[in-house]
Amino acid sequence: MDVVINGERKQVTPGTTLLELLKELELDPRAVVVEHNRKIVRRPVLSEVTVSPGDEIELVHFVGGG
Amino acid sequence: MTTAVETLRDEPLTIGGRTFQSRLMVGTGKYPDMDTMSRAIEASGAEVVTVAVRRVNLDRTKGSSVLHFLDPKRFFLLANTAGCYTAADAIRYARLAREAGFNDFVKLEVIGDEETLLPDVQGLLEAAKVLVQEGFKVLAYTNEDLVTALRLEDAGCAAVMPLASPIGSGLGLLNPLSVRTIKRRLHVPVIVDAGVGTASDACLTMEQGVDGILMNTAIAAAQDPVAMAQAMRLATIAGRRAYLAGRMPRREVAVPSSPTRGMLD
Repeated sequence: MDVVINGERKQVTPGTTLLELLKELELDPRAVVVEHNRKIVRRPVLSEVTVSPGDEIELVHFVGGG
Repeated sequence: MTTAVETLRDEPLTIGGRTFQSRLMVGTGKYPDMDTMSRAIEASGAEVVTVAVRRVNLDRTKGSSVLHFLDPKRFFLLANTAGCYTAADAIRYARLAREAGFNDFVKLEVIGDEETLLPDVQGLLEAAKVLVQEGFKVLAYTNEDLVTALRLEDAGCAAVMPLASPIGSGLGLLNPLSVRTIKRRLHVPVIVDAGVGTASDACLTMEQGVDGILMNTAIAAAQDPVAMAQAMRLATIAGRRAYLAGRMPRREVAVPSSPTRGMLD
């Protein structure tokens, strides 16, 4: 199924949790903040939220800025 | 680098219940490379460093978090909402930043115009009210308008950050009177943010009596960012000292410094 991650369409296996998604993308859950369909998902519950077709996921972190 | 002047006493800067020894805050953007950034920040003596919230690059060969080059235990990370043009966007970015788990401070920017990057004060006030309600310590980037600054203070902002001149312009402090007036009238700390170009700008800004100064491009875009960071550190201290010392009154006629009596016939 397709989901949109950071504006890019990606194929994921149905039933994938957000934590599994981060692992697949080789991202450290402690270094990323996850927004799932415009709602922030806290780290402790990343393993409890599964993604559905068409979901919009934003993965953000801190970059240089003024 | 130690300077004797630093042994003079001053109250530390307290914002939203947090105390900081350095009155200079620095950004982390636009450096030629991350090593130069780390060394410049070190040389600046800053404790508060600003960061931006952006998408992770899913291609892991490109781009990484600024935190790989900056120890979050040593520096106080102040997330900004740079690039946001609406209150709703700024609120969204602030919430994401807080979720990173470092603190509940945010440097709130709501930009109103692409060419000048001047703030949208209506959006700014709207976002500030919401974020204060949500428990954020809001440091609001605004123009040098007293009435807006007063409204931001009323809204519960922890600090108000009037600009010296437009972001990244390096034009220096264009309106010392307005900045001084804002400082005189507000109770919360006033931190001048944006527009300084070189050390004399930082010094002149601090001489107005403001509580601190935040800069990024002036250091990052200098020919030698590390040396400029040192200069900014000293200029910030010098300006603060001069303000505390109290300058002599201006006179439009000369007054001799040497005795007029005892001259030879």
